[in-house]
Amino acid sequence: RLANVPQSLLIEVEDKVISPEKAEEAKLKARYPNLGHKPGGSDLLRKRLQKGQKYFDSGDYNMAKAKIKNKQLPTAAPEKTEITGDHIPTPQDLPQRKPSLVASKLAG
Amino acid sequence: MAGAGGGNDVQWCFSQVKGAIDDDVAEADIISTVEFNHSGELLATGDKGGRVVIFQQEPESKNQPQCRGEYNVYSTFQSHEPEFDYLKSLEIEEKINKIRWLPQKNAAQFLLSTNDKTIKLWKISERDKRPEGYNLKEEDGRYRDPNTVTTLRVPVFRPMDLMVEASPRRVFANAHTYHINSISVNSDCETYLSADDLRINLWHLEITDRSFNIVDIKPANMEELTEVITAAEFHPNQCNTFVYSSSKGTIRLCDMRASALCDQHSKMFEEPEDPNNRSFFSEIISSISDVKFSHSGRYMMTRDYLSVKIWDLNMETRPVETYQVHEYLRSKLCSLYENDCIFDKFECCWNGNDSVVMTGSYNNFFRMFDRGYRQDVTLEASRENSKPRSVLKPRKVCTGGKRKKDEISVDSLDFNKKILHTAWHPLDNIIAVATTNNLYIFQDKLN
Repeated sequence: RLANVPQSLLIEVEDKVISPEKAEEAKLKARYPNLGHKPGGSDLLRKRLQKGQKYFDSGDYNMAKAKIKNKQLPTAAPEKTEITGDHIPTPQDLPQRKPSLVASKLAG
Repeated sequence: MAGAGGGNDVQWCFSQVKGAIDDDVAEADIISTVEFNHSGELLATGDKGGRVVIFQQEPESKNQPQCRGEYNVYSTFQSHEPEFDYLKSLEIEEKINKIRWLPQKNAAQFLLSTNDKTIKLWKISERDKRPEGYNLKEEDGRYRDPNTVTTLRVPVFRPMDLMVEASPRRVFANAHTYHINSISVNSDCETYLSADDLRINLWHLEITDRSFNIVDIKPANMEELTEVITAAEFHPNQCNTFVYSSSKGTIRLCDMRASALCDQHSKMFEEPEDPNNRSFFSEIISSISDVKFSHSGRYMMTRDYLSVKIWDLNMETRPVETYQVHEYLRSKLCSLYENDCIFDKFECCWNGNDSVVMTGSYNNFFRMFDRGYRQDVTLEASRENSKPRSVLKPRKVCTGGKRKKDEISVDSLDFNKKILHTAWHPLDNIIAVATTNNLYIFQDKLN
């Protein structure tokens, strides 16, 4: 205990000492006030488990094609990576992933 | 004999670097796994493009007995290809998540390589002679008219240029709903385990149409999911024992003799957390990205976002040693969460005699911790330090206050330059360090 220091000053000092981690947490909450209360929990895990999921419904696609056969099919913006529900995906949105035919550059 | 590791006398030198120099990195070239075989003679890498490249160490030359052989390309092949699961609308990446070598039993070498869904057993064999002198076939393969054959000869084997062939011997598919993060060969050399986010399966190397589920942590209601499996490994000499780590920072040790389904652990290793220090980031940074048994089997090492911990298998309550990899990142967690770096999965490895451990960091830095001498060092894998046999200079990150010359400040670190994969030769002081698309080989300075 520090001698000759008023109690009130001691308490003030204690309150100001925040761990760097908690300071970072405060920063995050300030930027994203709607962040969920279950950190590192099911939301993050479920996102991890769904990696690789792409959506393409051939039924929707063919129906849309039939309905608007004279008009242009709505196409996805080129940057869009996730294709779901309302948007009509086209085969171009889900490019055929071909294996790399080029040899690894590590093999020199 | 395995070297003294990071003690006072060890200096690390550049030996070789593999891969393209250009900064424009194609996704397929991103290295995703590095592994020495059991003798250290072979070094395998896997990449995001599903390709495996194997390097072989040249034998020590008689002219320079003090110089260790270089690693040169031995074999390269396409292990996995991209697939699309139409039933589940799931794109299956060809990225090689892990490679594990089988102990050598005959002239051929075998390794297991896995992507998110399928494990393959590859046989790598050498061919250095071919049969010649057939009676009914010409040398180029065309068939001879039997009517033109007037004499007979016995075909003989003649030497040819060495050819290394890789062929897939087994394909272990359709056993994982979630993404495979680990494979581990049992010390019995007959079985191996594969682990995904929620389940661990046991396979026999000869049998591909059947697999035993030995751990299942999938909750009945997926809304209640709180934890996933992040890594798993068999004990190096107890064939009944394996461990698996979780996203909550726990490690469970299981004994397959106890029951067929090892949902009940035999031991659970967890360091108690101070509830006062808990923050939004606590659970994320406690997630274990790698677990490795020591060669002795007495200890295991875990890697979480900021530290490396050594556990004594006899003590579940806390690790016996903790090493800070890059503690200065604790005050950067907010930005590391925003740019997803907080989810980076760093691996770790032991040296041959378990005296030193190594792991990667950012800015192409990697760290070594000498357990005996209680010393640590930060080194950098960079083309600037790539003169043959040049000694690597220790690097230092400045955490605050005045930055000394040669130090680098935390804000100058390049978080796109991550070293996630490192490997240590099982018997010698030779290490393989993977940057994004380059493989560096370093050796300790001899003499």
